[in-house]
Amino acid sequence: MEVFLGIDVGSVSTNLVIIDKKINVLESLYLRTKGQPIKVLQEGLQLLKEKLNSTMKIVGVGTTGSGRVLSGAIVGADVVKNEITAHAVAASTLVPDVRTIIEIGGQDSKIIILRNGIVSDFAMNTVCAAGTGSFLDQQAERLNIDISEFGTLALKAKNPVRIAGRCTVFAESDMIHKQQTGHNTEDIIAGLCEALVRNYLNNVGKGKEILPPVIFQGGVAANAGIKQAFEKQLGIEVQIPTHFGVMGAIGVGILAKNNYQATGRTQFKGFEISTADFTAGSFECDGCSNLCEIINIYQDGKIIARWGGRCGKWDQGIQ
Amino acid sequence: MKISFPHMGTSHIAFKHLIEHLGHEVIPPPAPTSRTLDLGVKYAPEFACVPLKILLGTYLEALEKGADTIITSGGVGPCRAGLYPYLHERILKGLGYDCNIIIFEPPLYNIKDFFSKIGYILKTGGKSWRQFWREFKTAWLKLCMLDDIEILSHEIRPYEVEKGYTTRVYKECLKVIDQAQTREEIQAAKELCIEKLKNIPRDPSRNPLKIGIIGEIYVVLEPFMNMDVEVTLEEMGVATHRSIYLTQWTRQNLIVNTEGSIYKTAFPYLKKKIGGHGINSIGETILYARNGFDGVIQVAPFTCIPEIVAKSILPEVSRDLDIPVLSLTIDEQTAKAGVQTRLEAFVDLLQQKRLHGGLNYGSFSGN
Repeated sequence: MEVFLGIDVGSVSTNLVIIDKKINVLESLYLRTKGQPIKVLQEGLQLLKEKLNSTMKIVGVGTTGSGRVLSGAIVGADVVKNEITAHAVAASTLVPDVRTIIEIGGQDSKIIILRNGIVSDFAMNTVCAAGTGSFLDQQAERLNIDISEFGTLALKAKNPVRIAGRCTVFAESDMIHKQQTGHNTEDIIAGLCEALVRNYLNNVGKGKEILPPVIFQGGVAANAGIKQAFEKQLGIEVQIPTHFGVMGAIGVGILAKNNYQATGRTQFKGFEISTADFTAGSFECDGCSNLCEIINIYQDGKIIARWGGRCGKWDQGIQ
Repeated sequence: MKISFPHMGTSHIAFKHLIEHLGHEVIPPPAPTSRTLDLGVKYAPEFACVPLKILLGTYLEALEKGADTIITSGGVGPCRAGLYPYLHERILKGLGYDCNIIIFEPPLYNIKDFFSKIGYILKTGGKSWRQFWREFKTAWLKLCMLDDIEILSHEIRPYEVEKGYTTRVYKECLKVIDQAQTREEIQAAKELCIEKLKNIPRDPSRNPLKIGIIGEIYVVLEPFMNMDVEVTLEEMGVATHRSIYLTQWTRQNLIVNTEGSIYKTAFPYLKKKIGGHGINSIGETILYARNGFDGVIQVAPFTCIPEIVAKSILPEVSRDLDIPVLSLTIDEQTAKAGVQTRLEAFVDLLQQKRLHGGLNYGSFSGN
């Protein structure tokens, strides 16, 4: 059976999915990137290799996320796509009539507006990461709560407290203040969820026409407290797709499928790469005072990709 | 005097020509780099917009190289940039630099001041007003030519067969133009550059998307500031059209002809001049929509009030005229990766819109 691999290397998680021609998700992995994208990607491929049965053959690979270029060079991707498009493709394929996508990941949050199945507008957080997964992670740790219980605790709140959510630093001090004055943890957590949603709607969602059906995806969609806060503030039911955490990977897998159906070819290097020796080296170019950090990616000692310069001087001669 | 001035796109080549021919030594302003920005950020107030910081960095680098005089422009507001040269002067004096800053205010604002400052430059350089007029015309010719060549490079780049080739040829062209001194040499250089650019191997079968670039003048004109938005898009196979060129009032073939018509065009949405290029951004978006462009990108410095006002009106223009607008806010924290992601997604959006446009959107209001 011909299958397709979608890879989303984000700041917090690295996700891999295998889909078939009918866009059934056959396998999906959600791994923590931990600042080591190459190693985690190789581990993920190793795990997939063990899970796939021998009749399945990968005939197309796509990469997305902030590590899309790096992972694309490593696996030999057919499609390297930005995460906004990847998320929109996945949501509009799995929920064909979707008109609003709320996506909150580890360090970014975005809103994508679709009309009649195509993207008509989008926005991404710009100046601040308040309200993304990393912050929730930190706060859960500080309150000594497992992040997976964060949402359910928020649902138990009776009187959510008001937390200043504009800036994560101030949100944290406000939370500490509320703890010191004796509010219970559930109310504080629910208040935090509401503050984050308020911040999201005021910044990322500013000026956008949010119409149903609304899809909520990305790692933070696992948090029932945030979902509830969205529904409360929007007055609209918010749907969470089955594979909410790996939608980017699914989207780019779909694009890889389309690419294979158009070209009949793939550049996928095969599962051998999970044991190959990849190293990244960098040097500072002293051609001008920009002092660009040039990054070289080596596979078994041979250079396979290079980027990082502003002027393109180092990009020449490398495929 | 050893004179330097702000770096803005390629205009320094023409300003250098003028000042050299007026009998002064020129310390060419270095093209801004991360070091320039670091220097500016270090000594500028945090809440000022990024043009203040990058210009301050440029002046510091020019002073390091031995400049003793800086020529710059003022302004009459409401955009804050009109106050920046005075602030620069204070900061530089405070850092212990003993330099002379000559600030040209708009001539109609104080015509006597304007001419007395030119007179001072002429006197110290030992030149007459007649010579000034001659050199000014030659420098203006050079400035027009720099813009002509740049416009041509933007027309060619989306079609280039080898990615990056146009940029290499264009850089050679700039050197050729820099060396041309007389009117005849400038004319010859222009012909040579046009030939070089037109000889670039191209793929005419492409039908690129067309994107208009609008926003605040400094970040629009200085590629370092806007993350090289034009070249980045063109190397992705998208044609761009920039709304601002320094010599544009002499041009007939540009979409945006004169300031007057821009204000009239923007009038249904904004009835007041709000400083900077705020009202232009509105008017230009309307003109781009009318001329069948696929989309518009607004580049603005973080905290730029005129552009913030424009940004809050643009969604309405975008909806009414069915033209997608992407706003990029730029400051020293802006990272190339984030801009790249947004540009790619925006291009995908426009491509989809073009493919399915007839079904989902009102028809383009072209003329």
